[in-house]
Amino acid sequence: MSAITTLARQPSGGVNARIVNRIVIYGLLALFALFYLMPLFVMLVTSFKTMDEIQNGNMLALPQAPTFEPWIKAWSEVCSGLTCVGMKGYFWNSIKMVVPAVIISTLLGALNGYVLTKWRFRGATLVFGLMLFACFIPFQSVLLPMATVLGSFGRFGVKLQNATGFTFGFGNPTVNLVFVHVVYGIGFTTLFFRNYYETFPNELVKAAQIDGASFFQIFRRIMLPNSLPIIVVTVIYQFTNIWNDFLFASAYAGSGDVMPMTVALNNVVNTSTGVVEYNVNMAAAMIAALPTLLVYVLAGRYFVRGLMAGAVKG
Amino acid sequence: MSTVATSQIKLTPEHARPRASVRSRLQDALPKIVLAPSFAITIIFVYGFILWTIYLSFTNSKTFPSYVITGSRAYRRLWGWTFDTDPPSSWYTSITNMGIFGFLYIFICLALGLFLAILLDQKIRGEGVLRPIYLYPMALSFIVTGVAWKWFLDPGLGLEQTLHQWGWTSFHFDWIKNKDFVIYTVVIAGVWQASGFIMAMFLAGLRGIDGEIMKAAQIDGATTFQLYRRIVIPLLRPIFLSAFIVLAHLAIKSYDLVVALTSGGPGGSAWLPSNFMYEYTFKRNEMAVGSASAVIMLMTIVAIIVPYLYSELREKPR
Repeated sequence: MSAITTLARQPSGGVNARIVNRIVIYGLLALFALFYLMPLFVMLVTSFKTMDEIQNGNMLALPQAPTFEPWIKAWSEVCSGLTCVGMKGYFWNSIKMVVPAVIISTLLGALNGYVLTKWRFRGATLVFGLMLFACFIPFQSVLLPMATVLGSFGRFGVKLQNATGFTFGFGNPTVNLVFVHVVYGIGFTTLFFRNYYETFPNELVKAAQIDGASFFQIFRRIMLPNSLPIIVVTVIYQFTNIWNDFLFASAYAGSGDVMPMTVALNNVVNTSTGVVEYNVNMAAAMIAALPTLLVYVLAGRYFVRGLMAGAVKG
Repeated sequence: MSTVATSQIKLTPEHARPRASVRSRLQDALPKIVLAPSFAITIIFVYGFILWTIYLSFTNSKTFPSYVITGSRAYRRLWGWTFDTDPPSSWYTSITNMGIFGFLYIFICLALGLFLAILLDQKIRGEGVLRPIYLYPMALSFIVTGVAWKWFLDPGLGLEQTLHQWGWTSFHFDWIKNKDFVIYTVVIAGVWQASGFIMAMFLAGLRGIDGEIMKAAQIDGATTFQLYRRIVIPLLRPIFLSAFIVLAHLAIKSYDLVVALTSGGPGGSAWLPSNFMYEYTFKRNEMAVGSASAVIMLMTIVAIIVPYLYSELREKPR
């Protein structure tokens, strides 16, 4: 326990004052816990209610007759614009985009971090600085050129299709998004691995070199087996960021059956044909939130560490 | 670090010989070859694209990019709209909103984060339960946050309706539908999402403070309040800086939240520059104006981030 803790416990006005003090502190903490939990609670409760109950009942009341109907409808029937096929297809779109993007960007980040710390060369700091700054740019400043380039990928894909019968992924929106997320994700993954490998003992690398181990052998046999914590942090960070991305997804795969989850959810909620089914909307939002929430519940410690590593470098 | 580099030279004597074999030269260059693709990607797709956007902002591109330089017309239009038009243009609304949102979001997140961290640092039973509750919104996407708060703040469905049912019928809260107040609902949702993370940063800082300093101050008779104001908070200065950078960066990039929470607000009244850029570039066929707004956003970020990164990278000479 820290020193502040023990100090705050110093009686400054007798036992009564201390008890009042504790009550106030716990009361405030509980109040804020309510503030943070409320929207999730309302979303969850609403997703299990019937429309009747929503219109006539209280937002905070527990469902009288809990029903899974809204969840089933959100998964397989809900309308996004004019197509009513549920969220399931978009959910898989997101999975197909997230998995390769996370694997590729993490692997590249690990290699980059390894080079930047164990094989330092003149100008390494500059290279790292340039890559690091790329993490912080507003993506609006690259959005339009990327759209143009992805458009030409698409035309190239058509040519390949005519010539060989395959597009090799050129022009495929999911492949495009994987590419975009890798390009704008390597800054962060490199940062994570660089900072982690900086504290990794150079003696081990040196000893392996003397034993004649090659560049890749050292990486595979010595660095990677000792990188589990930072791999977990990086994978979680990238997974959350890419799953939650909306800007790139709406710019490059913003309509049709190729939309990722976030774009589809926004469309579902803003579809204004017929009666708005709030319970189904809330169930859809919960489905979109579940993967990242699950990661947070299962590996919260690593999640926080990733956020911190992205924020504080020292 | 340099020790590895020197031992490297010793280990490969071929390096010094005039006729090094191709293979060993390849071995020497391997680290750079491995790093090269990532670096090239960054140079092209970040810096090249930024130059491309800057170039476009000086053309008269509309629906399609045009590459004939026509001068700073797009910028003159942007700022002309800001100061000469009545009612104010959407660019004026966007930058005013950015000011309001940026200031309140950063200030409230910092204040609330510090406050919660100090409360949690008072040897709280159940800290392990409370901390994840404060922090979980950070795992959600802005879209989910927007959908949840849209429901919660809707006058006919959410908070207002609930309080009416409980008998407080005079309660009135329709900011989300009011063009003058809609930006404040974005602040509420944004603070809800990020303040827990700022709390975690401050808490980590508090736990890292040396106990000896505290004891000394206590012996000198400092009260708890004095202790925090005079000693703890000044010691947390690096955290304030990091948190500020994180928040400023999040604030300038927030686009999703405005879209999901307000769909842009009545008449675009909740727009931030990021929404302005997207609308003008992709929906209103004013590519040059959209690019100019992106360049202005970038310059704002550069002004904040570059000095920070420079000091961070320079401070640790090896």
